Amino acid sequence: MTEKVLMKGNEAIAEAAIRAGCRHYFGYPITPQTEIAAYMAKRMPKIGGTFLQAESEIAAINMVYGVSAAGKRVMTSSSSPGISLKGEGLSYLAGADLPAVIVNAQRGGPGLGGIQPSQSDYFQATRGGGHGDYHMIVLAPASVQEMAELTIRGFELADEYRMTAMILADGTTGQMMEPVSFDFEVKEPPAKPWATTGTKMARPHNIVNSLYLVPEELEQGNLDRYARYELIKEKEAKAEMYLTDDAEIVIAAFGIAARVSRNAVDEARANGIKAGLIRPITVWPFPDKAFKSVLPHTKAVLSVELSMGQMIEDVLLAVNGQAPVTLVNRVGGMIPSPEQVYQAIVEAAKKGGN
Amino acid sequence: MTVFERPKSLADIPMHYCPGCTHGIVHRLVAEVIDELGIEGRTVGIAPVGCSVMAYDYFTCDMIEAAHGRAPAVATGVKRSDPDNLIVFTYQGDGDLASIGTAETVHAAARNENITIVFINNAIYGMTGGQMAPTSLPGQVTQTSPYGRDVNACGYPVKVCEMLSELDGPEYLERVTVNNVRNVRNAKRAIKKAFQNQIDKKGFSLIEVLSSCPTNWGMTPEKALQWIDEKMIPYYPLGVYKDRSAGIGPMYKKEAAE
Amino acid sequence: MKREFLFSGFGGQGLLFSGKVLAYKGLIEDKNVSWLPSYGPEMRGGTASCGVIISDEPVGAPIVLHPDVLVAMNLPSLDRYEPAVKPGGLILVDSSLIGRKVERTDVSVLYVPATRLADENGTSTLANMVLVGRLLAELGEYNEETVDTALQKCVSARHQDLLELNRKMMEIGKNYEE
Repeated sequence: MTEKVLMKGNEAIAEAAIRAGCRHYFGYPITPQTEIAAYMAKRMPKIGGTFLQAESEIAAINMVYGVSAAGKRVMTSSSSPGISLKGEGLSYLAGADLPAVIVNAQRGGPGLGGIQPSQSDYFQATRGGGHGDYHMIVLAPASVQEMAELTIRGFELADEYRMTAMILADGTTGQMMEPVSFDFEVKEPPAKPWATTGTKMARPHNIVNSLYLVPEELEQGNLDRYARYELIKEKEAKAEMYLTDDAEIVIAAFGIAARVSRNAVDEARANGIKAGLIRPITVWPFPDKAFKSVLPHTKAVLSVELSMGQMIEDVLLAVNGQAPVTLVNRVGGMIPSPEQVYQAIVEAAKKGGN
Repeated sequence: MTVFERPKSLADIPMHYCPGCTHGIVHRLVAEVIDELGIEGRTVGIAPVGCSVMAYDYFTCDMIEAAHGRAPAVATGVKRSDPDNLIVFTYQGDGDLASIGTAETVHAAARNENITIVFINNAIYGMTGGQMAPTSLPGQVTQTSPYGRDVNACGYPVKVCEMLSELDGPEYLERVTVNNVRNVRNAKRAIKKAFQNQIDKKGFSLIEVLSSCPTNWGMTPEKALQWIDEKMIPYYPLGVYKDRSAGIGPMYKKEAAE
Repeated sequence: MKREFLFSGFGGQGLLFSGKVLAYKGLIEDKNVSWLPSYGPEMRGGTASCGVIISDEPVGAPIVLHPDVLVAMNLPSLDRYEPAVKPGGLILVDSSLIGRKVERTDVSVLYVPATRLADENGTSTLANMVLVGRLLAELGEYNEETVDTALQKCVSARHQDLLELNRKMMEIGKNYEE
């Protein structure tokens, strides 16, 4: 095993991207993710890569579009307001079936909001983020180790399914330092015969495009994309199950909210309450099956979020009326405390006749 | 003996442009230049949003369709992916390049990004049916300036070559037109130089081509070509605005004055 | 065994760095660790804090709300976090910068004139390391070897000349008696 190093989550993302073979990074400064750009600015010139501070988030995502069209692994990162600006580009990437990795270290909104952590871009991320029918694969790391692992996984999934993978982090997971090991295999990118790398006069020209003026063609493109999404839902949905085997009170939480909730679950268990935690690692596709698997013994579900209740809609769909689902939240850059979550568990246990 | 033929890198399919539109001429010039420089196999073109949105079908090199105004950013990405081999050009209209994509244009120029931009200035939004463009002339009647462009209300036209020439970054900026045979030949010379600059790694080259839009100007094609002479050239003088290698540009004038 | 530390003071006092040394020492000793800074628009001068958790079990929430140990390097930090310290916990006060005494009676308190000691021995900007030295000695965890490795990990290549000075400050802290 390689040595573990202490690293910030944002730096781990940057290092993992480099290890995944990403040699092109474009970004624009915004708190709390600027460490990624700083890391790339330092490293890329030394390994023959490109770091470019773009004139805007919009330019950055379109530079990503260009590199991706040319068949190379590429990444950009930002935080909530910047991701909104990238929305147009995300839609074009989807429409042209281009792979890319996008990092969102979420901060509180709406508008300029604040710079403290948030999960209030969940809808934006899991529903696509721009106009049109499409999804991104959305990975939600809860530790610095996962920041690294899921970034690498993001590149692999993006290439495999020819779509954007978003790392949905937050200010806390980006800023915190934890031990991280980069001791893992990276899959080589697949061949990209569709890429615009110059015809070399050896093949008909490739066109990277999202414009289809014939409605039948545009419809077919959407249907094909959604057929791929079905496959992804089947194969790639992932969650961590913590003490859920006999859980009566089940918490749903991802990222930093899951870290807090874990403390609360431990506290509840210590006090004789059968609590457990489902931590979605992919939030799109949402791990429906994880929830279905615990329903036989679940009396109540708590959705713990740093938002006004966004993931709870997916939890409700997954639970499908078979258990009450309650929101436990803080917003605006505040993080629910373990005490707050524990109290909610106690309340739920009382109501659930535990 | 072949007297006249289609350039190899121009696809043999019908174009959608209106009769009398000069896009066809400029497409042909770009294709001729690509052929003559022998770079088709390593060229990637970027189509904009606007009338030339479907240019990706017309050139036989690899092509990318970009979001409105973003072609210089997309071109930056493509070029940086393989800077030693790829030749990257964008083909953009005035709304795309000088309105919604101003930031991308200015910053690609400021970085002296080693790309070639062919900029079609026809003083109107063609694709959407003739609205006022950033380059519409003062007093020009369009669908969204029905009483003529009122400079007090909507400002003055953007003179792209003049504006960019003030930057230290760009290598080459020239304004040409294609309204007669002599001007077409001159335009081809400029476009070829813009591609050659990229091959020679000299950097950002932009050729502004004053073009006609008979349909949305409400003129015959012939009258539209005259209108370029009578109205556009006086406002948008032809010529080289910046040529770093030749020491042409405002910055060199200042140096000379000092 | 799990211990939560909170370092708090002005930006620029090296609080984040001292937290990092502590966390790295934990990592070297094969513990689970987390380090989380407060981050704000102000780069220097504003109140900054940094929470470190060192635990035998995986770390849940990395946010330190109720520290076992508070290291306070300015008055606002002591005012703000004194009530949050767990009963039976420990508060280290830089007594050269904070005039008042700790009011709580259910915690242990160490008053260390860290800034003065650091100033007298080279540079006041390393007062943080005097406090870390004192803290580790108090906890009985001043392991020369792991402390040294942690320091080497945390002092950047650019500042290798400061390594010795950091060591010296920690020693001063370790040996300080009230």
